[in-house]
Amino acid sequence: MGLLNRLNDPYEGGGFALGTVEDILNWGRSKSDWYLQFGLACCAIEFMAVNAPHFDFMRFGTIPRTSPRQADFIIISGTVTLKMAERIKRLYEQMSEPKYVISMGSCSNCGGPYWEHGYHVLKGVDRIIPVDVYVPGCPPRPEALEEGMILLQKKIKHEAIFNKRKRIAEEDRKLGLNYQSNI
Amino acid sequence: MGEKRKIELDYSQLDSDRMRLNVGPQHPSTHGVLRLEVELDGEIVTDVVPHVGYLHRCFEKHCEKMEYPMVTPYIDRLDYISSMNNEWPFVMGVEKMMGIKVSDKVEYLRVIVSELNRIANHQIAIATFGLDAGAFTPLLWLFRDREMILAILEKLSGGRLLYNYFRVGGMAADVYPTFKEDVLAAIKQARKTNPEILNLLLLNKIFVDRTANVGVLPADVGINYGCTGPMLRGSGVPYDLRKVEPYSIYDRFDFEVQVGKGEVGTVGDCWDRNIVRYREIEQSCNIIEQAINQMPMEGDIKEGFPKKVRPPKGEIYSKAENPKGELGFYIVSEGKNNPERVKCRSTSFVNLSVLPEISKGYMFADLIMILGSIDIVLGEVDR
Amino acid sequence: MQAQEIYDKLKEQFADAVIELKADAPSDPFIIVNGSELFKIAQYMRDKEEFDFDYLVDLIALDLGENLGAVYIFSSMKHKHRIALKVIVPKNNPKIPTLENLWRTSDWLEREAWDLMGIEFEGHHNLIRILNPYDWEGHPLRKDYVTPEEYHGMKVPY
Repeated sequence: MGLLNRLNDPYEGGGFALGTVEDILNWGRSKSDWYLQFGLACCAIEFMAVNAPHFDFMRFGTIPRTSPRQADFIIISGTVTLKMAERIKRLYEQMSEPKYVISMGSCSNCGGPYWEHGYHVLKGVDRIIPVDVYVPGCPPRPEALEEGMILLQKKIKHEAIFNKRKRIAEEDRKLGLNYQSNI
Repeated sequence: MGEKRKIELDYSQLDSDRMRLNVGPQHPSTHGVLRLEVELDGEIVTDVVPHVGYLHRCFEKHCEKMEYPMVTPYIDRLDYISSMNNEWPFVMGVEKMMGIKVSDKVEYLRVIVSELNRIANHQIAIATFGLDAGAFTPLLWLFRDREMILAILEKLSGGRLLYNYFRVGGMAADVYPTFKEDVLAAIKQARKTNPEILNLLLLNKIFVDRTANVGVLPADVGINYGCTGPMLRGSGVPYDLRKVEPYSIYDRFDFEVQVGKGEVGTVGDCWDRNIVRYREIEQSCNIIEQAINQMPMEGDIKEGFPKKVRPPKGEIYSKAENPKGELGFYIVSEGKNNPERVKCRSTSFVNLSVLPEISKGYMFADLIMILGSIDIVLGEVDR
Repeated sequence: MQAQEIYDKLKEQFADAVIELKADAPSDPFIIVNGSELFKIAQYMRDKEEFDFDYLVDLIALDLGENLGAVYIFSSMKHKHRIALKVIVPKNNPKIPTLENLWRTSDWLEREAWDLMGIEFEGHHNLIRILNPYDWEGHPLRKDYVTPEEYHGMKVPY
């Protein structure tokens, strides 16, 4: 947008900036995402270290919220077991749109070290909820999680808000995915 | 029509039912995925039923199918806050069965690394306990100190939180050139922060009011329920495996066992358990200082490796003093490459079972403090 | 007290119920006892002054082919000695009396042995699953256990 580059230009009666409403809304949404305070296993300790002063997660505009009704996104950090999977699905359904999911660590990406003989482990949280960003590692370094957050911010910035279905269908047709739709 | 009626109310007939409340798996202060079913009479707790198993990762089934060196990374993930202390009893048990004796340099390195992890664990325990009570600043200070210790362990083993560093007969990698200076700097920082934490958090009037005389655990009840570690030492019983049945080279060091004496309340309340953890940080710093001055720097740490890890047929129970209590492994071997059965005697599982006993009659806010003072880790409870 | 001494004293008190002592180094020594007399032996070990075993360390469930085994490890805080007792029961009728009223540790340890191995403890007030979900089928740590294909609509294998 370049809005901040024009602060020293002399415009009479204030300044005008040209842009789309969607850009401004997406800019605001991506820089102040609030997450649900939720940690499962070892990756949750690394997540606490990211919040601590050395790595400082709050500079991305994120604040922990305790209730899923007030949260924008959720970070699944740790192994998802079959007993816990139903509760995670219910937490995800309680969040209101628009909502995003970051899957942190090997265990929630694909089952992790327990993929072969774990009879009680869900092999990847994307079997029950849709995931936006995958962060690999066991546990991932704090810098890797911060890169995951930056990728999520980029994804939100380029999201369509108005006429969403029609524009997504047009993009897919340009990529060569022709499917039947009644738009 | 215009008459005044007198309404008589008999308040003893107004019966209030007990209420069942679910402190669910997702809660800001349950230290992991733990579900508590609490029965309340107004604000007073009458019964607590813990439901565990939300992190059951089938550790014992994995041990039966993997070879002995492949089991070590799974043991890391049991008590994921202090991983070095977890691996030690398993490796000690296999070495005892095979009859391997390790060199002095390896023993000193094991003691230094385990005590560093003990300091890191107690720092997290005090920080999150303060966060439960509402104090945010100790968390920031203690996590900053913890980063210095994690940097040392990362240069040694390659991982920040989960290390896979112990091997049967030695360790995975040797020390790096500036090891001694780094360790002494980390201890100096921990010793500098300790009096600040004491003044800010532990002697703070609000904190004392919230934790003194709350959750009192009598000594004989603690022994009957099988509690160990700072939970039992907070009730006045001086049971520390490093002094009672010394393993490795702990008989060469000079340190004291800390017990709770009921200084601000009753013996065995939440404040006592916390002050025991706080004082153990200082004792660990003493041990590390003595060890790093006595440690021989020459020698190969990989020379004790056996050709093939295959213990003879037999069963053994080997134990060590974890920061949270007594951790033990019962290993059954049939003479093959992989163990027949490995059972983990975990501290947090047994410590958590005492929660219904010590929290009856207190208010609901006290229940959260009692849960924080037990210091559980769900990876160990559910394995 | 050493293992041989404990074994001799128990043998003269309960003649037939105490079967044998296995003590080959470097393994830990353990005493094999009869399952139906376990409660009386355990109570004797807890209350008698010279034993004073007031701390139950662990309860381990084993799968021995056609039988199931349970190993109890006791320890004394005052005299600082430890001993292990082993009980062997057949797989088609695995019943052991509960020690819940003597040591409160065994409440959760016995529930875990029932959940993972399938040993029934007679007299326990609440023998239900503790680690697996409450409607799980089968006992996972047995050698002939087969991982289920799905649970509540979720696919379990990789």
